[in-house]
Order: sequence, then structure tokens, then C-alpha cells
Amino acid sequence: MGRAAYFTFDMTPAPTSVVLSARAFERTITRMADEIIERNDGTDRLLLVGIQRRGVQIAARIAALITARESVEVPLGALDITLYRDDLQTVGPRPVVGKTHLPVAIEGLNVVIVDDVLFTGRTIRAALDELADFGRPARVSLAVLVDRGGRELPIQPDVVGKHVEVPIGSRVDVCVAELDGKDEVLLVATEAL
Amino acid sequence: MTSPLGKDLLGLEHLTAEQINLILDTAEPLREISERTIKKVPTLRGATIVNLFFEASTRTRISFEFAEKRMSADTVNVAPAASSVSKGETLVDTARNLEAMRIDMVVIRHGSSGAARFLAERIESNVINAGDGTHEHPTQGLLDMLTLRQKFGSLVGKKICICGDVLHSRVARSNIWGLTKLGAEVAVCGPRSLLPNAIHEMGVQVFDRIEQAIEWADALNILRLQLERMQAGYIPSLREYNRVFGVTRERLERAPRDLLILHPGPMNRGVEIDSDVADGPHSVILEQVTNGVAVRMAVLYLLAGNSPRLAEAAKGGA
Repeated sequence: MGRAAYFTFDMTPAPTSVVLSARAFERTITRMADEIIERNDGTDRLLLVGIQRRGVQIAARIAALITARESVEVPLGALDITLYRDDLQTVGPRPVVGKTHLPVAIEGLNVVIVDDVLFTGRTIRAALDELADFGRPARVSLAVLVDRGGRELPIQPDVVGKHVEVPIGSRVDVCVAELDGKDEVLLVATEAL
Repeated sequence: MTSPLGKDLLGLEHLTAEQINLILDTAEPLREISERTIKKVPTLRGATIVNLFFEASTRTRISFEFAEKRMSADTVNVAPAASSVSKGETLVDTARNLEAMRIDMVVIRHGSSGAARFLAERIESNVINAGDGTHEHPTQGLLDMLTLRQKFGSLVGKKICICGDVLHSRVARSNIWGLTKLGAEVAVCGPRSLLPNAIHEMGVQVFDRIEQAIEWADALNILRLQLERMQAGYIPSLREYNRVFGVTRERLERAPRDLLILHPGPMNRGVEIDSDVADGPHSVILEQVTNGVAVRMAVLYLLAGNSPRLAEAAKGGA
């Protein structure tokens, strides 16, 4: 997609603005990693759990940053919340189920749930329910790269990369190098409105 | 709101490779649920499933029941001997009465080929075929494929030989349909009296000798020899069957490669399969059982919510 895309007539071009560039992205998760260490009094008993899909990559990135800074391996898990969604009766076709994997027993650990965008809070509600089926952590906190507001449940993040005001009819796209070729956060106007 | 599988799972013959892969891809992550402390997800909370088993079954019924419970569905088992079926009630009347009590799914095993389809066309609930006569046993075929796919990565070009009583086997039929759709090469091996006449039309090779099958194949799926086949005159004796078609360690040691050994159970040790083989390093028989629960959870997940009543209820609540 270059500038030329704005001159094609087949589709309405979506005005897109960059919320986080690759460099800002890196700075942001570095700060998030620091805040996570601070909030959990170090790295003992720490477990990072990324939510499928892009939360997993962001969690892995944060884990690597913590390892670089503190010279310790932080256990890293992945949670797929599809089977805990509250809208399975109304969405269709059936959403694809991803992999859930927790490398250690979560009993007594400080679990940090990591996700890319926090919006309604429904995903996090599902994640908390799923986590409870694995055991009883000492503490669960929430770290998100982008908080875009719009909560429908009483759920708030503990560590936030960036607050974004999202106008009606727009959405936040998070790209990570592992899946999308580069790190970037974009504000994209959807065509419908 | 439509399921990618449609309303029912009646067999693999009419599914596409895409649909089969969707079931297998969904089953894969579901295996992990059975490893948890709390082996349960809330996905099918509020759904009621009736297991309607007109034929004896331990493994399949228990596997379905575990799958249903691990998805949080409410389940009821109906055994015909202890129900009004023994008083002469027809299949459709039984099912309609169950539907009148607001059920969502029926898992049916029946001695007559086509019973699952017959029921599916007459009731609103999702119907899952757990084996109908000599027709199909789709979830068994799927769990065999999941097991093979885990070992081989892909089924494309893999050589799978189904050994034994293919004529009476719904497992064989579901395997042949499913495996060929996913690109595997399929053969059958057994006494001519136990192979269907038109077997070539299903696109499979035929081996008359188990040694040829072992030399050719990457995996053997060894069917149970129903002991009553001997009384019916299909084979001279169990001992002779074992001598000619039994899968033994000696025979496998002569194979050019290691063969995976599958068996849908229950096994007749010393007839179609020797204990050395059943318990040997290349046997995946118990993995099949583990995969069976995951495959059935996947099918429940993909079909559920596709019933019109649940959709209505969801709309009303929204």
C-alpha cells in the first residue's frame, strides 16, 4: 500500500493514522516490562500469560525484555478464550479454537494477563474464568498494549502501553512482526460509517 | 447462524476435506482440556444431549459422555432395554418424546444402516451418528485420522491399510472415505469372504496376504474380528484367521519400515492382533482413545448452537 492507493476508485480509502510506530512500540513494551517487574516486586513467582492471538507475541516480547534486564527466565503461557466467550450462541460461524498452554501450575503465582487491545473487557472476563479452572493464583493483573476505552464490564488494566481515543466507526489494529511483518499500532476508519 | 458442518454429523462420505480438517484442527487444542485440574469448559452450558444407544457400546458411549461433560452439557443416557423402546415404541416416537422435553442434540448408535439419517431428517435437534449398522462411524474415523495426522504431520501420500472384516465394518467405511479425502492412499486386507464385492469402487487397493500389506503400508488399522463371523461361516476358525491374517511381531519385524498400529477396540488379542504388537512401541491404540474424546468435543462444539431453538432463545435474550 503506497500513496497510490488513495487514487484508486474501487474502494473507499480508509484514512489511517499511526498510533505507535515500530520504535514507539518497542519503547512502550519496554516500559510495560519495567512496570510489570515493579508491580510484582521483582520476577519471583511471575507468570506471563498472553491471550491468543497477538497477546501471545506481546507477552513473549515482554518476557524477553525482562530476561534481558533481570537475567531470569520468566515462564510464559498462552490462553485461548474461545470456549469461554459469552457470545457463542449468537456469533457464527464457530470461531476457531486456538491453543491454551500454561507451562507451570499457577497456584500461588503472580499471573500477568497480556493482551493487545482492551475494549469491552469481555475477553478478560473470559480469561479470568479460564484461569480459575487451572488453579488459584496469588494475584492476577492485566497488562495491555492499547486501552481504547468502551468497557462493558467492570474490568480495568494495571499496566497500559497507550491510551487511545477511538472515534465511533474506527478500530485499532495491532500488528506484530512475528505475524504481520512489522510492529505497529494503527487507528483505522472502517468503511461502514 | 450456520455451522460449517451443517446440522448433523452422519458420516464422512459427504463431508469435504475442508470440513474434516476443520474438525481435526479444532480437536487438536481441545486435547489440553482433559489435562487440566478442572477438566471442563463452559462452552455447552445449558445444552441437553441425549445418548441414544440401541447397541452395546462401552468405549464410544463413555467417550461421548466425557466429551459432553467436559464441554459442560447436561447428558442423559437412554438404554433401550430399560426404556419404552422395549415396549415397541418406534425410533421416531422415542426421539420426538425426547424433543418434547427440550433437548438439543442426540447421539445415536443403532444396528440399522441409515438410522442416524432417518432420525436427523425427522427431528430438529442436531444428530451425531455414533455408528449405524454397517454404514458409518464418523467419529471413530475422525479419531483415527487425528492420531495418524499427529504422527505423520500430513496424511498426503501416506499408505494406510485397513485389515480384517471390512465387509461388516462401519469403522472401515468411515476410514476409507475420510482418509482418501485427506489424500492418503488406502488399501484393505482380509479374507475375500469379509471384503465387500464393490470394494474397488471406493478407490482402494486390495491385498490378499497380510505380508503384502505390511510391506506396503505406513500404518495398519486392524479391525476387530467379530467372533460371531465364525459361526456365520465367513472364516473357518479363529486359529486359522490368526495364522493367515494375524498381525504378529514376527511379521512386523520383516517390514521395510516401522508401521504405526491402530485398532478401534475392543481387541481380540491372539486373533487379529498379537499382544506383542498391541502393547508394542509402535502401537497408538491408547492415543486413539485419548483423541476420541477430543474429536467428539470438537464435533459437539462445531454442531452445537446450530439448532434453531437455541438461536431463537439467544435472540430473545439479547
